[in-house]
Amino acid sequence: MPPKYHIHTSQAANRLQSITRSGVIAWEEGCLNCARCVKKDCVYKVYEKRGIDAGQMLESLDSACKDCYRCVQGCPNKLIQKGLNPAYKDLGDHYWTPEIISALWFQAEAGRIPVSGAGYGGPFSGPGFDAMWTDMSEIVRPTRDGIHGREYISTTVDVGRKVMALEFDQSGALSITPPPLVEIPLPIIFDILPWSPPRRRMNIAFLEGARSLGTFAVIRQSELYASIEEYLPNMVLYADRKLSDIDDAVLQELHLIEIPYGEKVIASQNALKEKHPGLVTIVRMELGPDSSKNVFRLAAEGAGVIHLVADEYGLEKADKPLFISERTKEIHLHLVEKGVRDQITLIAGGGIAMAEHVAKQIICGADLLSVDIPLLVAMECRVCRRCKEGIACPVGLESVDPSWGASRVRNLMTGWHNQLLEILGAMGIREVRRLRGEMGRAMFFEDLEKNIFATLGKRG
Amino acid sequence: MGNKPQTFTLPEVKPLPSRFRNALGKYRVTVSKACNNCGLCVTLCPYGVYKTGSRKPRVAAEHLCLGFPCSANDFYCVRRCPEKAIQLSLNPSFEILGDRRWPAELLASTWHMAETGEIPYQGLNYKTGDSGGGFDKLRFIFPRGQGLDIPDEEVSTAIELNRSGDSRPGITIPVPFYLGGMSFGSVSIVTILSRVKAAAALKTFCCTGEGGYPEELIPYDDHIITQVATGLFGVREETIKRVRIVEFKYAQGAKPGLGGHLLGDKVTPRVARMREAVAGSALFSPFPFHSVYSVEDHKKHVDWIKETNTRALVSVKVSTPTDVDMVAVGSYYAGAHIVQLDGSYGGTGAAPDIAKKNIAMPVEYALPKVHKFLSEEGIRDRITIIASGGIRSAHDMAKAIALGADGVCLGTADLVALECIRCHHCESGRGCARGIATTDEELTNLMELEWATQRIINMYLTWRRQLVSLLKRLGMKSVTELVGRFDVIGHLDYLKQEELEGELDL
Repeated sequence: MPPKYHIHTSQAANRLQSITRSGVIAWEEGCLNCARCVKKDCVYKVYEKRGIDAGQMLESLDSACKDCYRCVQGCPNKLIQKGLNPAYKDLGDHYWTPEIISALWFQAEAGRIPVSGAGYGGPFSGPGFDAMWTDMSEIVRPTRDGIHGREYISTTVDVGRKVMALEFDQSGALSITPPPLVEIPLPIIFDILPWSPPRRRMNIAFLEGARSLGTFAVIRQSELYASIEEYLPNMVLYADRKLSDIDDAVLQELHLIEIPYGEKVIASQNALKEKHPGLVTIVRMELGPDSSKNVFRLAAEGAGVIHLVADEYGLEKADKPLFISERTKEIHLHLVEKGVRDQITLIAGGGIAMAEHVAKQIICGADLLSVDIPLLVAMECRVCRRCKEGIACPVGLESVDPSWGASRVRNLMTGWHNQLLEILGAMGIREVRRLRGEMGRAMFFEDLEKNIFATLGKRG
Repeated sequence: MGNKPQTFTLPEVKPLPSRFRNALGKYRVTVSKACNNCGLCVTLCPYGVYKTGSRKPRVAAEHLCLGFPCSANDFYCVRRCPEKAIQLSLNPSFEILGDRRWPAELLASTWHMAETGEIPYQGLNYKTGDSGGGFDKLRFIFPRGQGLDIPDEEVSTAIELNRSGDSRPGITIPVPFYLGGMSFGSVSIVTILSRVKAAAALKTFCCTGEGGYPEELIPYDDHIITQVATGLFGVREETIKRVRIVEFKYAQGAKPGLGGHLLGDKVTPRVARMREAVAGSALFSPFPFHSVYSVEDHKKHVDWIKETNTRALVSVKVSTPTDVDMVAVGSYYAGAHIVQLDGSYGGTGAAPDIAKKNIAMPVEYALPKVHKFLSEEGIRDRITIIASGGIRSAHDMAKAIALGADGVCLGTADLVALECIRCHHCESGRGCARGIATTDEELTNLMELEWATQRIINMYLTWRRQLVSLLKRLGMKSVTELVGRFDVIGHLDYLKQEELEGELDL
């Protein structure tokens, strides 16, 4: 067995006090000064540990409180209440919800996965990724990674063009040179951010994080400074300027390069290949209604890797946009039908916000994913998008310590990796490559509703 | 009606207030300094919100207040107070209570039933949650003019658990539910005992879960289902022999395909002794059964139990994968009497959020799928289907039965009756701060056994009354008539008003 992929996590505490869902409201007026105050009985000792953070004017009480309501229900004069924290409600938006943001913060701290008691408390289903469930097997070969794992689960994916058969000459020697493949132990790369404050320091954090995980971070050519050239082996250089401006020395160090989709994209790929046969070229393409057709054409013309990019809500560019998982399904099935699916690698990104999205998007046909906003959230971003308007970042993302940032990103990815293992283990699948396109091992809201609920309430 | 139905005497309701000083309710009632302690409000309020005080009346039970709709009444204290000293407002703490599946109103309704044995009158939604789908969007369709005007006693809520036709004893329970497994370790001994005692009083069953068979349960052997799960904790020949039903747990809806995990903190010396493990070290219940790789292996397991206890019925608890119908057939083939479909909304201990939300299908889909398939195979009436994992109310229970279950298995609702507020922190530190899901001695002592037992009984008696009333409106004399009646249940998103034959229950 090859060595097990293991990520080393390290505690990377929040710089700021996190914003919690509810707050304690305790009045002093009317207090009876009971000898045995309910505040002293707090199981979590939140009142003993309380303090005010002067910088943020936030009570430590709120982040330590676990909503047991003992004090609310015990105070003789009913002076303690719990209230919804308006700042929590304001986090993010309809897609990047406060629940998602706080779960990402939690995972970035130490790499632990979110666990809770008392069952599920969320909605029945929802749009996008919430409209599907993954399968499990009651009886499987024990595939569980972790303490009982006998065979571990591989999350490795290959990026590049694959040959379907080897060819040999008459003397029995290999007559073709198989194109290069880049192996990534985690089906995730870090993508360009849709918005952010100045990111010189953050880019270092992403690259450092990517390096420690064995994956890659996409960096724009326009943001390639000498100071980050040591990270070239873990960089996907995105050619947002002229390809010819890139130094040969840089290309020599790179494993992956990304070029924008356009008329001459295959010609550019071939030119790169000629000079640097070891380099894998990725074509970056905005997701849209024509993607299926375009991806197939590129595949036929020799493209190896296509990076499909949706917007930050996972939507393609169209008047009536489809969600990324829906469009990916179509592209995947089209390529399967044409018999070329296994030749190319599909990277999909945009709207990937939680670990479950990784598994679900792979089930819908992507080989691997690119993530963006969660990397910022790992560094305590609140998805307020003020940076987009040129307003100062409330959490000072532009000045993060890159090594702290790298730890946070690595911790988050550890959490995602472990959750991916849970999903794969439950399905009895031992490698993520086999999850790709396994739509039969998923259940879709639309189908189930149509087959089951829509048939109810009929006589006869 | 040929056979005379078995008669059961059910226990009585005994009102039991909250164990906390201030019960949580939807409204907040305050009496200001302007009060002259005339005592009018104390005499006016028929709900007992006020108690006489030395300087002013004490608001002793604001959770019993009728709220703003009371303004239509003569006895509306806010208007009648001569000093205008009474203020009524929404309770701010109520807003953040609960979650989408168990919103504050459903929690408060359940507390009300556990306290009083009555359906809440405070305008609380006690029928559905706010999950936006599944049970929360399913409604009964009552056929016009077919309601039965008969005494409640003439409606049967009993179900038979052994439908196999084999030589093993039949077991009829007077209510279409039993209580699910919560292991010793994940909940306190008081919680376990109260559930077992309530189950015994209701002439039904309670499952031990995987934590072993505490000796305190021995007096209730006839009402216990003992569980054999993958960790085999506390499973012994004598415990298998003791009971009338043995349950195999293949998977658990809260974490389908994942093992169980009891944190080291919860493995106290007593828990460790019972589970034959080491105190303080975490215990894992692996997934799956490492000796079962096929239906044949599964049959071997069932046979093993049947051989060990020749009078026991065997139940198989499974999760809801895409091929849940095949799993049910496999269980039947292996000789199980009961197949329990565990949906993903339940669970006491800790489970990864990703599993609860994403793995396996909601039980509302699984039930009709299994019911239809087993019917087509001609074996539906040879096996008992029990639904679990998120049955929160009498209405959920009735809906699950209409979707194809014979009965349901309950857990979380019991905990809510014991005043669980679903803070979801069962696992943190010393465990449940409210003394329900903990093995910490001080916290365990927050709850008295008699109180807890009666609270659970009160709630389920209220559920049973609601079920009887639903059955009468549907024109049914027995809950067994409701099984798989897809025609009397509809989904709000797909029902067409013009095609509706009957009244919708909104």
